[in-house]
Amino acid sequence: MKLKNLIALTAIALTGASSSAAVAEDLTLCWASWDPANALVELSKDYESKSGNTMHFEFVPWPNFADRMLNELNSGGKLCDLLIGDSQWIGGAAENGQYIKLNDFFKKEGISMDDFIPATVVGYAEWPKNTPNYWALPAYADVVGWTYRKDWFSRPELQKEFKTKHGYALGVPSNLAQLKDIAQFFQNRKIDGKTVYGAAIYTERGSEGITMGVTNALYNYGFEYENPKKPYDMPGFVNSAKAVKGLEFYKELYDTSTPPGSSDWYMSEDIDAYKSGQVALQMNFAFVWPGMNADPNVGGDRTGYFANPPGPGGHFAQLGGQGISVVANTEHKDAALAYIKWFAQPEIQKRWTAMGGASALRAVVEDPAFPTKQPYNQAFLDSMAIVKDFWAEPSYADLLLAMQDRVHKYVIAGQGTAQEALDGLLKDWIETFEDEGKL
Amino acid sequence: MSSTPMERAAKATPRLLAKRISGISDRGIAWLFVSPTIFLLLAINIFPLIWTIYLSFTNYRANRIGREVKFIGLRNYERILSDPDIWQTMQATAHFLLGTLFFQVLIGFSLAWLINRKFKGNDLWTTIIVLPMMLSPAVVGNFWKFLYQPQTGLFNYVVTFFTGVDPSSYTMIGDVALAPWAIIIVDTWMWTPFVMLICLAGLRSIPDYLYEAASVDRASKWRQFWTITIPMVLPFLMLAVLFRGIENFKMFDLVVQLTGGGPGSITELTSINLKREAFEKWRTGYASAYAVILFVTVFGLASIYVKALNKVKER
Repeated sequence: MKLKNLIALTAIALTGASSSAAVAEDLTLCWASWDPANALVELSKDYESKSGNTMHFEFVPWPNFADRMLNELNSGGKLCDLLIGDSQWIGGAAENGQYIKLNDFFKKEGISMDDFIPATVVGYAEWPKNTPNYWALPAYADVVGWTYRKDWFSRPELQKEFKTKHGYALGVPSNLAQLKDIAQFFQNRKIDGKTVYGAAIYTERGSEGITMGVTNALYNYGFEYENPKKPYDMPGFVNSAKAVKGLEFYKELYDTSTPPGSSDWYMSEDIDAYKSGQVALQMNFAFVWPGMNADPNVGGDRTGYFANPPGPGGHFAQLGGQGISVVANTEHKDAALAYIKWFAQPEIQKRWTAMGGASALRAVVEDPAFPTKQPYNQAFLDSMAIVKDFWAEPSYADLLLAMQDRVHKYVIAGQGTAQEALDGLLKDWIETFEDEGKL
Repeated sequence: MSSTPMERAAKATPRLLAKRISGISDRGIAWLFVSPTIFLLLAINIFPLIWTIYLSFTNYRANRIGREVKFIGLRNYERILSDPDIWQTMQATAHFLLGTLFFQVLIGFSLAWLINRKFKGNDLWTTIIVLPMMLSPAVVGNFWKFLYQPQTGLFNYVVTFFTGVDPSSYTMIGDVALAPWAIIIVDTWMWTPFVMLICLAGLRSIPDYLYEAASVDRASKWRQFWTITIPMVLPFLMLAVLFRGIENFKMFDLVVQLTGGGPGSITELTSINLKREAFEKWRTGYASAYAVILFVTVFGLASIYVKALNKVKER
């Protein structure tokens, strides 16, 4: 009898233990506050219903996103279980033990990085770069590209005037020089009785704006972060004559083709300028494209999309986007990993793109129907094929702020020359890597 | 016969406590009472100060837990004092400080002088004038950013109304020459009422008989102003300058919202620069040295100023 009681008690205890293990958990996912985040809230309802866990979201506006989230990581906070962090944070988060390494988890769950766009794997998941060490699952593929006012471009009188002036047709620019010609052509032009301007470009100083903009010119004129054969060897690459030309190009674009008062503009200001009909061209991350397409004033046939045009030194576009990581401090590691497993499913990735997200899964973007599904999809694919990213080193913030400061001083404030700006940037970066013990 | 307060306190003290502290001297009891305050002061003021001074001689980074912290002597101080960018932020701070103090004192005193006169609606005007100072600096920074927008902002249109200059031809916060003045205008708009209130208190403290005596002696209004009003208000004015000077030396929120320190770093004040070094670049050792230098500067200037203020009061 005693033995029977003991068995019964053990059975009850085990049942209790297993049921407590299956108790629903509260997960918090942190990301930037923008349209795709709202789509993720909707998408995650599927995870909630299937897992029984409850999802909470902490979304921070873009200008404060890096500041807020890096403080959270550095202070060992427990706010986020899952973080969709910027691609450049991966080095610091990996080396400082702030993200959980996902290799074993991917292997166990059969998640292969070969299934994702290679550039997004390198950009969002790997540290050190180009090694199979994964700290995130590519979550949102993004890249800087351009939108233009197709309806203005197609006006016969403007086409005629442009052709007479420049000798080629007004249309999607085939290089950066043409992009500048077009932007200058529209600057201070009267369209439908209203003064319009050439282009809304990134000029923001406080976070990462002007760097994310100017690199689209620098890369394509021949700027390189380091000697491809010798890491951290930067003299002659960062401040090369080609890089100087690229920086001068961006300044000229700012000086001659942007709306007055655009000295501190980033994503939202560019969106506003374009949607309100102030500018003919808009530089912005591809995430804005669905919103442009749906806009009642500028959407549909009135807007076209194209990848960043090539320059004399190459053809690149600044990588945006993020990977999803499990924060090392989480008390819900298993539930957080389960979320990533759920999110990685092809079916969910397909729905993610359909709802306004941007999947990096090859099965989604390489679907033959994808390029024509939306008017901007081809431009997105063209852009993703030419991406290049900023440093993703642990000292990323130092490197970024130095660039923000040097570039803003030259491009916006007009202080010094392009050569001085890049020489100064080189000096700052060398100092940072010396402090890091990498030089 | 009623007992003294001390006797009443002694009677009210429980026997056990009285017995326990009976062997302690008055000095001991005094220490007992002030020790919590001293402990708090040491914990939240003195210790962080000493710790900051220690960190300023190291390469410590708060975001690199586990990294070896090296003693690097005066290297941080050398780097700061030889960095032209730091000197530029100091220059920007000095320009901001002098500009705001000049205009706030001038306009604040003038407003106080006008408000001090008895007229209909005096209280209403006082309330209207002090409204800006009740707003949050971040809010003020944000809405002035909109006011300064060349295409839609009110500021450029007002300037156009008076000067005829095309509103789209210049941008207050995007122009290197205008941005330092843009932040001075906003801070002056917001904080002049504070200076006005202090000056008003000074003006109202002047006894009427001084003016009456001066009138009897046939002193002109101008003479009364320079020999009675100004000397009597001067200590108040100096106090207002001290408060505003300290506040503006650590100015952060308003300018960050308005210009973000730009264009370039033309409006990057020392507090903004220090925050970037400490909490964006996470160069904790370097930022500590920077904070120590600023502390010594403010402390030194404030000490000299307070001495001057005391001399004025003694006159």
